[in-house]
Amino acid sequence: MAELKTGAEIVWECLVQEGVEVVFGYPGGAILPTYDALNKYRDKIHHVLTRHEQGATHMADGYARASGKVGVAMATSGPGATNMVTGLATAMMDSSPIVCITGQVATGAIGGDAFQETDVTGVTLPVTKHNYLVMEVAELAQTIREAFYIARTGRPGPVLVDIPKDVQNAKIEFEYPTDPINLPGYHPPEKATDEELAAALELINKADRPVILAGHGVMMSGAMKELREFAEKGSIPVTTTLLGIGGLPDSHPLNIGMMGMHGLACTNHAIQEADLLIACGMRFDDRVTGKLETYSPKSKKIHIEIDASEINKNVKVDVGINADLGTVLRQINPGVKARNRAEWWGKIRDWQEDANEREILQVETPTLLGAQAIRAIWEGTDGNALVVSDVGQHQMLEAQYYEHEEPFTLLTSGGLGTMGFSLPAAIGASFNEKEREVWVIVGDGSIQMTITELATAVQEKANVKIAIINNGYLGMVRQWQQLFYEARYGETPIYSPDFVKLAEAYRMPGYRVDKLEDVIPTMRKAQEQDGPVLIEFVVEQHDMVYPMVPAGADLDAMIRRPHARFQNMEM
Amino acid sequence: MKQTLVAQVEDKPGVLNRVASLFRRRNFNIESLAVGHSEIPGVSRMTIVTDEEEYLRRNVIRTNLLKLINVIEVQDVTDMPCVIRETALIKVHAGSTERGQVMDVAEMYRARIVDVATDTLIVEVTGESEKIEAMIGVLDPFGIIEIMRTGKIAMTRGQVVPRNGSAAGVANNGNK
Repeated sequence: MAELKTGAEIVWECLVQEGVEVVFGYPGGAILPTYDALNKYRDKIHHVLTRHEQGATHMADGYARASGKVGVAMATSGPGATNMVTGLATAMMDSSPIVCITGQVATGAIGGDAFQETDVTGVTLPVTKHNYLVMEVAELAQTIREAFYIARTGRPGPVLVDIPKDVQNAKIEFEYPTDPINLPGYHPPEKATDEELAAALELINKADRPVILAGHGVMMSGAMKELREFAEKGSIPVTTTLLGIGGLPDSHPLNIGMMGMHGLACTNHAIQEADLLIACGMRFDDRVTGKLETYSPKSKKIHIEIDASEINKNVKVDVGINADLGTVLRQINPGVKARNRAEWWGKIRDWQEDANEREILQVETPTLLGAQAIRAIWEGTDGNALVVSDVGQHQMLEAQYYEHEEPFTLLTSGGLGTMGFSLPAAIGASFNEKEREVWVIVGDGSIQMTITELATAVQEKANVKIAIINNGYLGMVRQWQQLFYEARYGETPIYSPDFVKLAEAYRMPGYRVDKLEDVIPTMRKAQEQDGPVLIEFVVEQHDMVYPMVPAGADLDAMIRRPHARFQNMEM
Repeated sequence: MKQTLVAQVEDKPGVLNRVASLFRRRNFNIESLAVGHSEIPGVSRMTIVTDEEEYLRRNVIRTNLLKLINVIEVQDVTDMPCVIRETALIKVHAGSTERGQVMDVAEMYRARIVDVATDTLIVEVTGESEKIEAMIGVLDPFGIIEIMRTGKIAMTRGQVVPRNGSAAGVANNGNK
């Protein structure tokens, strides 16, 4: 006879079956039965007590992005669940597989505005790939199985399972379900049709100026090797999106860098001049395309994308292939003709030459620059760290100045641009990372959005090194004010605590650096210590991120770094 | 331009909300939505009429619907031979002197009188939207008190296999 188990125990049984090793969460009234049952499963699952449920979702997200496994976050009903919304939306936009489990008031109380009741499936519906309210304990195990399956397959994304308290308490005879998952409306696509392949290959082989746009999908699909083979065979330049960084090593000669608003000028020129774009697992975000009407006007377009609704959403394409990227590239590669495309590369090298002349790292400056600090972090970690960046100027500088050789070594909130993502996401990622150092690169504004999680980092002895790039401003917003609002710096100067003393208050080491020559020696001190260490880099306040395509402008209408750099920087 | 979609969805709580929420958050214009049980147990069928000018946006409505886990199948029947029907209940002022005239109008439109009161009639009319519009126009001078419309329902003509969902993949032996 099957064993009698409570819904709460079934939750943990299912998590164990899914291979979950760590859960990030915060207890509360409606989820208490499940937390009580955790005591029977502590040998199998480690629970990380966060300081805020948003932190829990970002940790699950960071863990998922670093490990390729599903991250799990847990919270109580009402405010616990609503605090997860930002984390869910972040994971949704960046296709990160997480499962959030929330307590709900008892089934009989639902709809009556009970204490800590919120319509959580209603609230989270637009920011989840799918969500469930489990009204019967008999459906609980199958629901959790489906949640994991949906989260990790197809285009991955967050799934929320809302479990009323009485369902957690209810007992049933339990046997872990083994029937195949049957979701009649859910069939992730697999491979390209022969017609699609032939159409794509014809365009690829006859293109003189092709560019591969490599997105997050390269890594989500595990298609790094296939992408490299594809590019090498046809000598096709590869540009990455922000989340695509790492899909091809930054040092690879065919990698021409990041595209878009703060992409390299040469890259954006190449996209605008191309006669063929091959978009691989990316979604033509507005930060990537600039003005749609003038985007890459001379090119035919091939779009390989697992989410059918992304094809022809923003950019009309000539060949759309709705399938798994790795599978499609394996189908395509044998048909790609070897070509050197020397003339095209000559053009690209000319554009690159011009960019080098404007390179900020070659400028002598009286103050430490954010770009210099980040470049030094790259050197000090041998370019081999797992970097979790936040949102703002430092995020773009990281993308420009930290070269990533391996996939899954840059985690950042791309689509939603969630300030406060980095610290909790790095804590989450550190539970997967056993070899690589985990570095947080974060601004003075961003860190203060989720700074509460410093306590979690200390409590868990999470091995994260936190580099705060402090310019005293909400720097990216200040940059927009300077460029587009006649330098009216309203509400962007931001007061910060003494971060070194704050680190001490949290009982973790903290250092301050304001000279370039001190960066690496201070990093060494941090690297020698286990557990979290905070370093504040005091940097030039008015530096800008260049190049910049103003929002809604043509992709090659870039504001470039002035040659005489400090001319535009008085004030 | 109007676009008519026929969707098969799982008959589960909240599915209508998921579909409506999708249209709201993607800023798709929805003109009418009708839903009811289908011939398959556990499956409902929806007819959704949208009004989107832009080609690209029209194109992604169906794929976005299919992204919903509970949506099993979506057919764009806009350019296919279909029977499209709508039902309206129209309550009109009709005292003893007008009653006969309203009943004459109803007969011309093959509508039915389904309620008679001292000063009002309720007319039930079924047909394509144009017919209903026309009838409303004719009844208007009598004084319309209330109109209730179901929204369109659509069914492709002839033998179709609505499995792979694309209009191209559907056998078409119907005629208008």
